[in-house]
This record gives sequence, structure tokens and C-alpha cells, in this order.
Amino acid sequence: MKASNPFWKDYLEGQMPPHLASEIDAFESDLALRRQGKIDERVFAEIRLRRGVYGQRYDSGQRHDGRTTRTLAYPDGKPTKGPNTVWDAPGMQRIKIPFGGLNARQLEVVAELAEEYADGVAHVTTRQDFQLHFVHIDDTPTIMRRLAAVGITTREACGNSIRNVTACPLAGVCRDETFDVTPYAKMTAYYLLGHPECQDFGRKFKIAFSGCKENPCALVRMHDMGFIAAVREIDGAVRRGFEVYIGGGLGTVPYQAKLFAEFLPVEELLPLAVAVARVYTKYGEKKNRNTARIKFLVNKLGIEEFKRRVEEERAGLAHDPRWGEMLRAIPAYQEGPLKDPSLLPITGPPPEGFERWSRRNVYRQRQVGYAAVTIALPLGDITADQLRRVADLARKYTRETVRTTVEQNLVLRWVSEADLPALYAELEAAQLAEPVAGSIADIVACPGTDTCKLGIASSRGLAAELRKRLLAQGVHEDGAVSNLHIKISGCFNSCGQHHVADIGFYGVSRNKNGYTVPHFQLLVGGQWEENAGSYGLAIGAVPAKRVPEALERITRRYLSERTFGESFGAFIKRIGKAECKKMIEDLMHVPPHEEDPSFYVDWSDAREFTIGDLGVGECAGEVVSPVDFQLAACEREAFEAQLLLEAGQIERAAQAAYAAMMHGAQALLRFKLGSCPEEPEAVYQQFREHFYDTQLFFDPFAQGKFAHYYFAAHRRNGAAHDAESARQQIEEAQLFLEAAHSCYARMLSARAGK
Amino acid sequence: MPHEPEHINLKIFAREPAPRNLAGAIPVFHRWIQDSALNELLIDVADYRHVPAGPGVILVGFEANYSLDLTESRLGLLYNRKKPLPGSLADKLRQAWESAWAACRRLEQEPEFRGEMRFDANSCEVIFNDRLLAPNTPETFEALRPELEEFFAGLWGARTFTLARVGEPRERLRVHAAKAPA
Repeated sequence: MKASNPFWKDYLEGQMPPHLASEIDAFESDLALRRQGKIDERVFAEIRLRRGVYGQRYDSGQRHDGRTTRTLAYPDGKPTKGPNTVWDAPGMQRIKIPFGGLNARQLEVVAELAEEYADGVAHVTTRQDFQLHFVHIDDTPTIMRRLAAVGITTREACGNSIRNVTACPLAGVCRDETFDVTPYAKMTAYYLLGHPECQDFGRKFKIAFSGCKENPCALVRMHDMGFIAAVREIDGAVRRGFEVYIGGGLGTVPYQAKLFAEFLPVEELLPLAVAVARVYTKYGEKKNRNTARIKFLVNKLGIEEFKRRVEEERAGLAHDPRWGEMLRAIPAYQEGPLKDPSLLPITGPPPEGFERWSRRNVYRQRQVGYAAVTIALPLGDITADQLRRVADLARKYTRETVRTTVEQNLVLRWVSEADLPALYAELEAAQLAEPVAGSIADIVACPGTDTCKLGIASSRGLAAELRKRLLAQGVHEDGAVSNLHIKISGCFNSCGQHHVADIGFYGVSRNKNGYTVPHFQLLVGGQWEENAGSYGLAIGAVPAKRVPEALERITRRYLSERTFGESFGAFIKRIGKAECKKMIEDLMHVPPHEEDPSFYVDWSDAREFTIGDLGVGECAGEVVSPVDFQLAACEREAFEAQLLLEAGQIERAAQAAYAAMMHGAQALLRFKLGSCPEEPEAVYQQFREHFYDTQLFFDPFAQGKFAHYYFAAHRRNGAAHDAESARQQIEEAQLFLEAAHSCYARMLSARAGK
Repeated sequence: MPHEPEHINLKIFAREPAPRNLAGAIPVFHRWIQDSALNELLIDVADYRHVPAGPGVILVGFEANYSLDLTESRLGLLYNRKKPLPGSLADKLRQAWESAWAACRRLEQEPEFRGEMRFDANSCEVIFNDRLLAPNTPETFEALRPELEEFFAGLWGARTFTLARVGEPRERLRVHAAKAPA
């Protein structure tokens, strides 16, 4: 697309590491071969994904403009860049930043790319990557070359591969850490990059490192494999190692990672990673991507059997000389300051706003006289001009020690404390000094319907609205709610990490008289601390436009009724989920379209919210169909399952979750067939025949995944549950019911179209 | 200058007092898509109002993007040409100006802005959105100056305007053009 693309290769020759240059050449050849139709579209899709070249919303060439679904008239005669993916449609480029570490020149190059190839904004993700949106695929080899010239690769940023290896952004300067995990994260990232044992996974694989157990910075327990720094005295010497967790993950149904080893010596880090990769390759699911993450394998085998197989593979691994070489290089890794340590001057008044900013955004390092400064980015977004300012400041005040964070912010480390007022003034001038880091207004959100193909509702639109209101109220500055975490996903896939927030949201839709209404499921009880110590559960779907009110009610109630020193999590636990739901129940009502059409439009949008070309149904009045009633009853059942779980009644909770799914299936069967059986086996058989075998229940992206939740629950009905499996069944029931709502909307739409 | 410049960006500034709230741009740009208001492929609307001094609200297209841009905290209509065009630099500038100005006129009429959105046809910035085709150097600026002068002379009349290279060296080549007061 860019006229300069052919020239960059020559211009950058000699500036790129040779292996990166040849990989990018190979990718460019793949693009050419695909253009000639010599590579299958599915194969090409995985090739580009493994280079971080991702699809984006509307790249099927279809878009609903609020009135009708239209074909976007891209030029003819080009191949697809994957199944149902138009070549010329804008896409996304993900840029992998191992452990979030960046230098000034790298920031400048990201700024240049954002300006020249994207929309002028670089987006920090919840996994410490950068993303550029609205990128043309023809520009991607040049983007990769310009990144390679400053030492960045996009290899395996997406696809079924080892994704970005993340680490605590305070590693090395943290007051609580056992030791600095940075060099170990870096070693792991580069050792596994392109490793032959990691090329045949059924799904992606995410790794995280944390320097301590208590703080949340790395969220180890929600990762496929996580390492927490630990030391142990062995033969009189203090040895470094890691507590290892495997099999965590959010996604549709979240799993807590299981403790794999209490202490793994650092010498075993890389061999273990390879052995785990082998087990995952050998025994992990490949055909059904919905059950292909390693969490399902660990769950299926049990952690002990999984461990036995890993140890078996480890025993059979041939020695790799790089294990020792990389480990011996670790002591040479060091990151230090540009300036001498100093203390904050106490003479003279600080710049206006400095104190507030300092309270929120400055972290005193364990190295006395130095501070780490968080630059809070709204929704993870930063402009090219701002990136250049950050690069300037990184050079001026530090040895270019910048990190991205999983909270979608940037951190400048090793700032000599006496420089803080001056740094603040310069950040303020660049509009980068908002005093909100880690506060309730520092909201995390995935791309949602802005750019993601899977998004159901506008997570970023909601995040921007909540942020604006919270800042106006000033609740982020002080007080009990100021430290709460809000995280928002556009759908059930959890890219916004809604499960590990004090208050989480994920996008869903509901039908109202033939119209589709954007909603968000509201979750409470998640825990960000202790490396994502526990997951929240949904208490009800609120219309998108009423979410700000719901948030305000919950936070006000907490403020007025909490006991001295009571945390939000403890408060929610004390009052119980039934009481939480009561707080928002009246807000779940949607007025008819003719009364208030604003409910039928999502945040940051002007189009009437629809899925596909769903039109107005035959019922123009305030009529609720029997299916609506039945599905609402099923949701109540799923919620009651949560209450039973909360009360420790595990078997009853699992049974209630199963019943919710079965009744949802019955509601759909009644709508389709006019009647349905009552006996569970017959319901199961009929649902399978009429909704699964016909693919009527299939989600466009998840396919039959949600039906399988019901089938699995049916098969194990009556079998014993533990708290975790019951919890999963409740999550699955909720997702099955979401899919039932969508299926019903599609059937209505089809009937209306007849 | 090694190559012929491409990918012209052109920003026409809003007259002061400029509207502070760009919420109205969201329905306006969606309507432009619905009505096929411009003779080109329009894809989507991107909302960056939360980013200070950022791209504001973008109407994303295939040939070009249009945005109510807030870079340097100064509102303007930014036309960002993405698809290469044939012709001389003056031709490309003309095309960019015509597209941008047509969008400005249309925006001025949109009811969401209640007559508060007015654009100044007497000043603009030209940004060469390609660091390789048009490096941000004094030499490139001098090399491009004759064609820039030719274009602006045609637009505003000969010897009635000033051209200045603005910004810092790491930015893209950016030229501020202003018609001299009568």
C-alpha cells in the first residue's frame, strides 16, 4: 500500500539482524505466493498470525452500517488473507515486547509506524505488547523491517505459539521481590522464540514471571505457565529458583493455574519449558480449538499425571548447550540509573498537582533515592508525539529504562528522586501526567467492537465513559473506592481480564421486541492481588447505557456500609451475591425502543445496535415472548447456582447449573418445534439433533463450543463435583445461556426475513 | 530527495472558538458511511476522544482517512491519503485540498455542530506521511518548495502566502502554509 515499501528493504540493509531480515524476506515471499494463489488461505492465515498480523473487525468485507448490512467495495481481483478475510481490509499488527522492556529508539520507531501505517495511535495491550490498528497487510513486511532494525521481532506475536513472555514491570526495582526476574523472562522469551518444540501447539501459550507471590503485577496464576521467584538454601548455599504454576487461563471459562513445583532451580527453567512444550504438543487437543489450551489438558490429566509426563519428557531431552550459555549470561544483565541517587527536595513549593501525581504514579524503588514513575495511558492509547516525548524523558532522566505494563500503561524506572518535580512538569506538558495510575479510573479494556472481530459490545466505549465520569467525580484520588480495579472485555473471551477485577464487565446482547440491545455482564469478587488470586462471577446483565449507574450504586453501597478497613472483596463476600444482584436488578430493565432508543445504541457509536442484519420483529408492542421469559428464568437458575456455591453447597450448585442449561435448551426447542420433552436424555438428544447437528446453535467464531458445555454437563450429571468443577460448570452455564440468547435472536431474525 | 513524495496529509484548521466537544462527529461520520456521502470507500469510525491532543474522531476509509484531529491541541480536519495517486506533487496536493475542503464544508453544515464548526481556508499544514520518500530535512523542504509554491499560488494567489517547515526533526516533514492577511 505504501509507495515506499520496496525501498525500505535496501535502506535498512545491514541494520537488521540477519536472521530477522531473512525471516521477513520469507514472510514477504509468502505474501507474494498467496497473491498468486499458491498458498492455501488457511495456511497463509496461520503464517501471518505467527508474524503478528491479525485480522480486524469488518475484514470479511461486510459491515452493518446501522441501517443495513453492506458489502464494503474493496478492489476486485485480490485473494483472501485467510478464510473470509478480504486482502485490502484493514488489520492489526501486534508487536511483541518481551517483559515489556523498551528503549528510547524503539519507542520512536513505534511512533513512526503508528503515524505512517496506522491511525497515529499505538495501543499497549494487557500482555505488554503494542498494537497498531487499521494497517494494510502489504505494509506489514516494511513495518517488521523497521522494527527489526531496532531489535524488535513480531514473530509469534499471534497464532498457536508462545506469545509474549510477560513480567512484572517493577522487576529489579521492586521492594517486595525475591530477586529480579527480568533476565530470566528475557532468556525464556528468546530461547523459546521459534523453538522447534513449540511449533505444533493446538493453541496459544502464555508465560509470565513474577518477583513475588503477593503482588498482582504479573498475574502468574492466570497464565498457561507462570514462574514466581523463590530462593532455597541447598547445601549451605542460597539457590535461586521458581515456584511454577501450569494450566491457568482466562478465556471463556477461567482456570486457576495449578502448582507444578514448589521450587525449580533456575538451571531447570529452560529444560522444563521444553518438556512442557513437548507434553502439550503430544497430548494437547488439536482439532477442537475450544478445548485446546493447556488448561484443558492439565484438567483432564490432573496435575500429578501431567507432571509425571513432563518429567518423563525432561528425562529424555538431549542436552542443549544453550541452556548453560544463556544461564551464564544472566549475571551480566544489569539495569541501572543514569544519575546519582537523590532525595526529593523539600525546599520551595512543588509544581501544582505534583503531590497528587506523586501519590498515585510514583513508586519508591528498593534502591534508595530512585523512583519508578507510571505514565497512565487512557485505555492503553498513546500518540506518536507522546511516544517521542516519553523517549526524550527516558533519555534525559534514565538510561532508557521503560516498560509496558499489563494495566496498559508505561513505567519509567530509575528516576533519581530529585528529578521527580521536573519530570512531572514535562509529563504534564505532554498531557501524560494524569494522576490515576492503579486507581479505579485506570480502567483496562480490550479492543472490543472497536476493532475486534469477536467483540459483542463496546468495551472501549464503556471504559472511556466510565473513566470520564470517575475523573469528574474525583473518586480516583482518595478514599476506599479509589484503589478498586475495573476491567472490561467486549465479549466472553476475557482479553480485558474481567475475571480478575474487583468489578469486571463483559459484553453480551439481549433481545427486546425484535431489537438487539447491548449489555454487559457485571462480575464481582475477582481478585487482582496475589497474582490473580481468585476469579469473579457474573451477577447479571445490565444494559450498556445503565452500566455507569450500576457502578455508582455498587461503589456507593460499599462506601456507606463497609466496616472499618473492610476491603471491597470482603464486603462483597459479606453481603453475598444475592444482595449484589438486588442492587442492580431494576437497572436490568430495558425500555421499549419507541420510549428510549438510546438504549439500543452502544457507547462511542451512533448506529442502532444489531447483530448482522437483524431487523424489527413482528411484535411492535411491549410483548415478551415465552422464550424471553424462559431464558430469563434460566439465568436466574444459573445465578442461584452461584449462590449455592457461595453457601458451600457444591453438588446442588453444579446441579442447578446443569438445569439452567437444560431449560435453556428446552426453551429453544419449544420455539423451534412448538413442544419439547421433559426427560433430560430426550432433551439432550433433541437439542443435539435440531440445534447442534444442524449447526443452528453455532456461534460464528466459537462454533459448537457452547453446546459442548451442555453436553458435557449432561454426561456428568450425577457425578461428584468439587468446588472448582462446580464453578466451571456455572461459568459454562452462563455462556451456554448467552449463546442461547444469540441463537434465539438469529432465529427471530430469520423468521422476520421470511 | 530520493523519491517522489506520496501519502500527502493535509490539515485545515478550525476557526476559533472551535468546538471542544467532538461527540457530534460520531453520528456525523456514521451517517456519511450510511449515505455514501463521499465518493470513496468509507469503512468505519474510530473514537479517540479520550486521547489528549490525539487523532480525535477518525472516519476510516480505504483511499484515505478523514479525522477531526486534535494534534498539538489544535482542532482541524485532517485528510490522510493512504492509497498512492498518479501525477505530480501539485496534483496530489490539489486532490488532497479538494477532498479535505469538501469534507470541511460538509462538516460546517452538519446539524450536530450547531454552526460552531467553521474552518479557515487561509491556513493549513501539509504533512508528508512517509519518512523515506520525503525525509524531514531542510533539503527536502527546499526541493519541494517550488511545487508547494505553485500549488498555494494557485489556491491563494502568487506571493500572498508564507511557507514554513515546522516541528522537530523526528516528526514527518510538516509544512505550515498561511495566506497573508489582506
